[in-house]
Amino acid sequence: MLSMISLDYDDTLMASAGHQAEAILDEVMTKYKGNYILAVEGNPPLNEDGMYCIIGGKPFVDQLKKVAKDAKAIISWGSCASYGCVQAARPNPTRATPVHEVIFDKPIIKVPGCPPIAEVMTGVITYMLTFDRIPELDRQGRPKMFYSQRIHDKCYRRPHFDAGQYVEKFDDEGARKGYCLYKMGCKGPTTYNACSTVRWNDGVSFPIQAGHGCIGCSEDGFWDKGSWYARLADINGKGFGVEANADQIGLAAAGVVGGAVALHAAVSALKRAQHKGDAK
Amino acid sequence: MTDTSLGAGAPSHVAPAGSPPPVNAARKLTTVYVYEAPVRLWHWVNALSILVLCVTGYLIGSPLPTLSGEASAHYMMGTIRFLHFSAGYIFAIGFIGRALWALVGNQYARELFTFPFWKASFWRGLLVEVKWYAFLKPRPLKFVGHNPLAQVFMFWVMVVGGLFMIGTGFALYSEGEGLGSWQDRLFGWIIPALGGSMNVHTFHHLGMWVFIVFVIIHVYSVIREDIMSRQSMVSAITNGYRTFRDDDPE
Repeated sequence: MLSMISLDYDDTLMASAGHQAEAILDEVMTKYKGNYILAVEGNPPLNEDGMYCIIGGKPFVDQLKKVAKDAKAIISWGSCASYGCVQAARPNPTRATPVHEVIFDKPIIKVPGCPPIAEVMTGVITYMLTFDRIPELDRQGRPKMFYSQRIHDKCYRRPHFDAGQYVEKFDDEGARKGYCLYKMGCKGPTTYNACSTVRWNDGVSFPIQAGHGCIGCSEDGFWDKGSWYARLADINGKGFGVEANADQIGLAAAGVVGGAVALHAAVSALKRAQHKGDAK
Repeated sequence: MTDTSLGAGAPSHVAPAGSPPPVNAARKLTTVYVYEAPVRLWHWVNALSILVLCVTGYLIGSPLPTLSGEASAHYMMGTIRFLHFSAGYIFAIGFIGRALWALVGNQYARELFTFPFWKASFWRGLLVEVKWYAFLKPRPLKFVGHNPLAQVFMFWVMVVGGLFMIGTGFALYSEGEGLGSWQDRLFGWIIPALGGSMNVHTFHHLGMWVFIVFVIIHVYSVIREDIMSRQSMVSAITNGYRTFRDDDPE
């Protein structure tokens, strides 16, 4: 991969540092104007004029906007760049903001995942090098070839889901037999990624194969959607101090309404009995 | 049906078919043909589909205890989901059929789909009904179709809520059918619009509880109205004819 591309600027992989490193960025921008790919890791925090993340003495958001201006396309590497991820989780003190909410005039390819799968990352780059165009994207801007199906649709434990065989608690008989982790809060049914086919570390394993449910790390806002160990998400609105899932809220509402109906029926019957007395 | 309200005992007669009765005040009419056969059929099919949808939907969110033996010997969740999807299709097709009937049916067939926000008489009637339910008025008004309070619930839960459940339901179904399926093309946009698949699941689940609460109120008020109001309820949605208990003008 690295022999096919010219990776000119990458803060963790490049040899140079300081002013030399920043000079490379300017060089790329003039030398390959409109023809380079900007692959972003992380996301810019916007609070305090972007002061929460400084690169070369300037806010990250300024650097991002500057380099994005002449890029051919932008890749958002990982859930941070794609959706905001942990630093954008409630209450998001630094106002960490995903790339597509800062840059509006360039094609943006989201490659979410925390972290994204290495094969998926190289696959996206290879496609762009080979065909000189961006891969086909879904509504949310993710490459269809890796993100068009849910973990659940391709999961090797899916037959246990359809049969109705679940791990009821960790380390029970079902867990040892490799039953479906749905009841343990597996987010496979709501998560779009390639883990269940590509797997990790050269195809060795992936979370569900290791006996733990998917946590949905490639989904928008997965930190704020309730427990990783519950299927029904907690609903907690801003300024709304109750954390309960849909069933708890619904059952409470049905209980209140049911009680009110019973009371109303009783009063109605009394009124009617009273009325009957009047008529006689 | 026993009747102890004022002015009982007036002989009932069937209104000549085809003559449109007045909308709100049913003057000198004791029986009106309100709910035509397709509306009644839809009502009961719809009720059954909602029952199946709620039970199976709940079991999809909180599955039954694990079955032992080989996975190949069972298809429990598969069957529950199949029933849910089938009932969902029946609910959706019924909704479309009911909406089409509103175009060709009688004036009461359109009531379900309208919320007469700009009609002063609707708000006046609503106030009277609220007072009647709060025991502040001894006698409700007469209505050939829905009373205004019922219409509020019917419109906002059955039409708006029904559309929401159909939309979110087919959006979730499209996740299995895949990108490019007609469900995805028509409803797939709902998933990112509501903040992802997990959110859509949660809202769809909350929608179920809205329907359950609606059913509790609906069944209670229908029975109560059938006993205490000035017009029939249960027989009206069974045979289509609404009978009135008195011929008082107001």
